[in-house]
Amino acid sequence: MTFRKYLVLAGVAVFSAAGDSLLARGMKDLGGVSLHNLSSLILAILDPWVACGILLLLAFFASYMSALSWADLTYVLPASSLGYVLVALAGRFGFHEAISPARWMGIALITAGVGFVAAGPSLTPSRKLATDVISQQEAQS
Amino acid sequence: MKEAYTWAAIGLIVIASTTGDILLSHAMKKVGDVGELWKRHGLLKVIARVLATPTFFLGLVAMGIAFYSLLFGLSWGDLSLVVPASASLTFVANAFAARLFLHERVGRRRMLAALLVAGGVALMAI
Repeated sequence: MTFRKYLVLAGVAVFSAAGDSLLARGMKDLGGVSLHNLSSLILAILDPWVACGILLLLAFFASYMSALSWADLTYVLPASSLGYVLVALAGRFGFHEAISPARWMGIALITAGVGFVAAGPSLTPSRKLATDVISQQEAQS
Repeated sequence: MKEAYTWAAIGLIVIASTTGDILLSHAMKKVGDVGELWKRHGLLKVIARVLATPTFFLGLVAMGIAFYSLLFGLSWGDLSLVVPASASLTFVANAFAARLFLHERVGRRRMLAALLVAGGVALMAI
């Protein structure tokens, strides 16, 4: 694992947490959307909070795809769950929200799960990436 | 009836998002290390390779179904049930599906991690 790859995994967690938070902030401004008024969901992208949220979620998708190109799905998914922890910590220290003991327990479980996965290999050892095969072919020819 | 619809939506979200994750992961393994490709051939080549992979589009369709199932589920059930229940069950379903379909080595370490994260996500909603 190189520094660049850790940076991509951090991007997956940070962009998803920040994107979801901005979307939630924007949708609160718009109020509840009823089934009879679904067109207001389309106009929601004009809200600056929602628009910024969508941009961050696009950045999340790009980093998620990049991470999946060199790491196992069962390695990337727990890493992405660190976003839940980031949102809770931002709420606690950024907005002085109270965190219940159950949520602290949840934070501890997620962090332990991510630690377990991160200590192991990122890719199933027998697997070869398409780029490795191309490199071998280039070296042989 | 309301509860049945909510759990049907949760089941649909879990199946669709697991299918989406498996297909997208399969597609990106076929594309290869995006960072390496970008360095060697440029961004356009990376985008062209991703767009030429059929499982990428199937994965996007599955993710779209998961998103609309979520909206459907939220119209019937509480946010505090639908989101954590579907997210934590998806973590566990993904661990089994990745072993079965992607042949990833999901040993005791990764299975335990999936269960810890699933439990943690469920607790975060309380």
